[in-house]
Amino acid sequence: MHITFSDEELAFRDEVRSFFREELPEDIVEKQQQGVHLGREDQVRFQKAIFDRGWAGYNWPVEYGGTGWTAVQKYIFATEMADANAPVIIPFGLGMVGPVIYTFGNQAQKKRFLPDILESNVWWCQGYSEPGSGSDLASLKTRAELAGDHYIVNGTKTWTTLGQHADWIFCLVRTSTDVARRQEGISFLLIDMKTPGVTVTPIITIEGDHEINEVHFKDVAVPIENLVGEEGKGWTYGKVLLQHERAGTAGVAGTNYRLKKLRAQAARSVRGATPLVNDRNFMRRLAATEIELKALEFTELRTLAAVASGKAPGPESSILKLKGTELQQAVDELYVEAAGYYALPYVPDQYVLDFPIEDRVGEGAETKTSLRYFNFRKASIYGGSNEIQKNIVAKHVLGL
Amino acid sequence: MDFSFNEVQMMLTDSVEKFISNDYDFESRQKYAASELGYNAEVWRTFAELGWTAVPFSEADGGFDGGPVEMMVMLQQFGRGLIVEPYLANVILAGGILRRAASEPQKLKLLQPLIAGELQAALAYVEPQSRYDLANVETTAEADGDAWLINGHKGFVLNGGHAGLLIVPARTSGESVSPDGITLFAVGGMADGVSRKSYPTVDGQQAAEIKLNNVRVEKNAVLGDVDNGFATLAAVIDEATLAVCAEAVGIMQILTDKTVEYTKNRVQFGVPIGSFQALQHRMVDMLTACEQSYSLLIWASMANADGTDEAKKSISALKYQIGTAGKKVGQEAVQLHGGMGVSWDVDIAHYFKRLTAIGQMFGTADWHLDKLAV
Repeated sequence: MHITFSDEELAFRDEVRSFFREELPEDIVEKQQQGVHLGREDQVRFQKAIFDRGWAGYNWPVEYGGTGWTAVQKYIFATEMADANAPVIIPFGLGMVGPVIYTFGNQAQKKRFLPDILESNVWWCQGYSEPGSGSDLASLKTRAELAGDHYIVNGTKTWTTLGQHADWIFCLVRTSTDVARRQEGISFLLIDMKTPGVTVTPIITIEGDHEINEVHFKDVAVPIENLVGEEGKGWTYGKVLLQHERAGTAGVAGTNYRLKKLRAQAARSVRGATPLVNDRNFMRRLAATEIELKALEFTELRTLAAVASGKAPGPESSILKLKGTELQQAVDELYVEAAGYYALPYVPDQYVLDFPIEDRVGEGAETKTSLRYFNFRKASIYGGSNEIQKNIVAKHVLGL
Repeated sequence: MDFSFNEVQMMLTDSVEKFISNDYDFESRQKYAASELGYNAEVWRTFAELGWTAVPFSEADGGFDGGPVEMMVMLQQFGRGLIVEPYLANVILAGGILRRAASEPQKLKLLQPLIAGELQAALAYVEPQSRYDLANVETTAEADGDAWLINGHKGFVLNGGHAGLLIVPARTSGESVSPDGITLFAVGGMADGVSRKSYPTVDGQQAAEIKLNNVRVEKNAVLGDVDNGFATLAAVIDEATLAVCAEAVGIMQILTDKTVEYTKNRVQFGVPIGSFQALQHRMVDMLTACEQSYSLLIWASMANADGTDEAKKSISALKYQIGTAGKKVGQEAVQLHGGMGVSWDVDIAHYFKRLTAIGQMFGTADWHLDKLAV
């Protein structure tokens, strides 16, 4: 065992570092620095830049156009991307449906969908939760009935992140109710959002943004070739995807970056105030959070290493999700506390390019700290709530 | 020792409770908060007509002589109703200063219209660098003949954008963090040299950044004694701290009630999620947090009403409790509501945001714990 990187790994790190620090589109870097929200077009340009560099399939096997990186390389990639304050790669295509398609899809589907996912030509969203089916996902009611060579889909999906931008949605739908277990009779269907009968209605979240949606299906005709794998086996595929999602939501690199930034901020005076480094209470909690994060970083590395040796992420990914989201939220709380009163002004309009920095309320992006804190309460709810993760660990890891 | 409420206190509770259930539903509240003014002027007039704006003032000033206990019962209800009208800014903060420090002519000119609901007022007790230290005042007032010239930046002034009256603590002598040498000034909101940038806050209130550039006020603008404003300011902030804690307790109680109700009705896995032991225990913890908080609220309110030795200490103890238990209850209410808890259209999110804001005001839990850990 070694803690240090090999020469090859160091060279790789330098390569990734210089890409993220020097080769991203300048306006996107500027927006990130100023806390300006990225629109669809910005996000796509960012992901295409990664594609052009050959790294879009950072998590994919070589045969499907992926990098085939080692666990350490993936770790370096995520760390460098976060440390450069680069945007986050939207996971629905590259992190979620892509792996499902290359694992369970047929040749035609791989050929048709994978290249556009890699190249970010198509924006995907996720159709899992329903108004009546959250934690109890297997109770989902969206029906897909076979009529000739099409499924006719009816139902509603909810909490659909960035569904307003999406070209395609991957859905868990019920194709049969005549089953012994509710997990049977669920199928994994790919649906073109432009199909007649698909409508998207916004849900505004706690901090006031339009990030999530309800997606309604009214007699939507979906060609049978858009069924992934076998009919009725969608639950199995969906579970694999959720495990990828959970492993991905730990967000260790991002949390690490935010903690480092907060430590640097604590060392200096903000708005002329006494630096927070003099506040023992604050610094002790910052340090305790750093310790927990270091532990999680190594838990994630161990998981990545296991995946690299050929194992799909198992129920252990629930632990990553649990602890990862708790730490994201703990860091959000520290940021809010650091901002004091300046966490409270609600001024999202000042985070646009060309807004004079000196006219901003608060220093830097202080007033966004509470918005992020509020928004990220979602982290312990999405991807299977943290309560569900504990059920999974209790059942599948502890055998209870 | 007597834990029962007197007739006036029960009447106040009833009257606020009735107003909220009849005239102040969540949809109205959202509409008022989103309006240009940030609250409803008609509702504010009603507050004045019902006498609520007069509660803490002496009978001589046209009030009801209400103390911490009367404030507690009202503010708890305001919390439950998630009221956005600027009661704290006008009555407790600005009114608290005027009640203690204003001369009779000043009261006639400023306090009477405030009580009548005709004058909007604000207390500018925060500066960008001050965090929670009330003595950290860099805004200066220099004598200029018979007048004063005020210069500085006041931050997060609640109700400051609309207020006709700004009460401005400014340094007339001493070092920038010394309690000595702070003077309280009454400044017109529209006075020359006052520039204001108004904004809504995350919890549906209104605040402003206020810059004072050679603002000239006459000597009769001084509230109380020159150089000796700190004690008044500190007493008012203590009272305001008690008030927001009472509001927080009201919010924590309603969040707990609503969460229990939700989990009784939300069915997953074929049963109400409230039937799961893991969630039941967490709601028991929420209830316990509410009860403990209410107990400290009662203690602090009575200690301050009766002026016991523990009055000051009780406020820090209470604010610490509200900071920690309030965060816990707010986060749990959101979590147990799942996606609904982070939806703008559901009241849970807005109660949670108000609790968060209260946690950030007048000193965080840690800040108050430090005061007691000596």
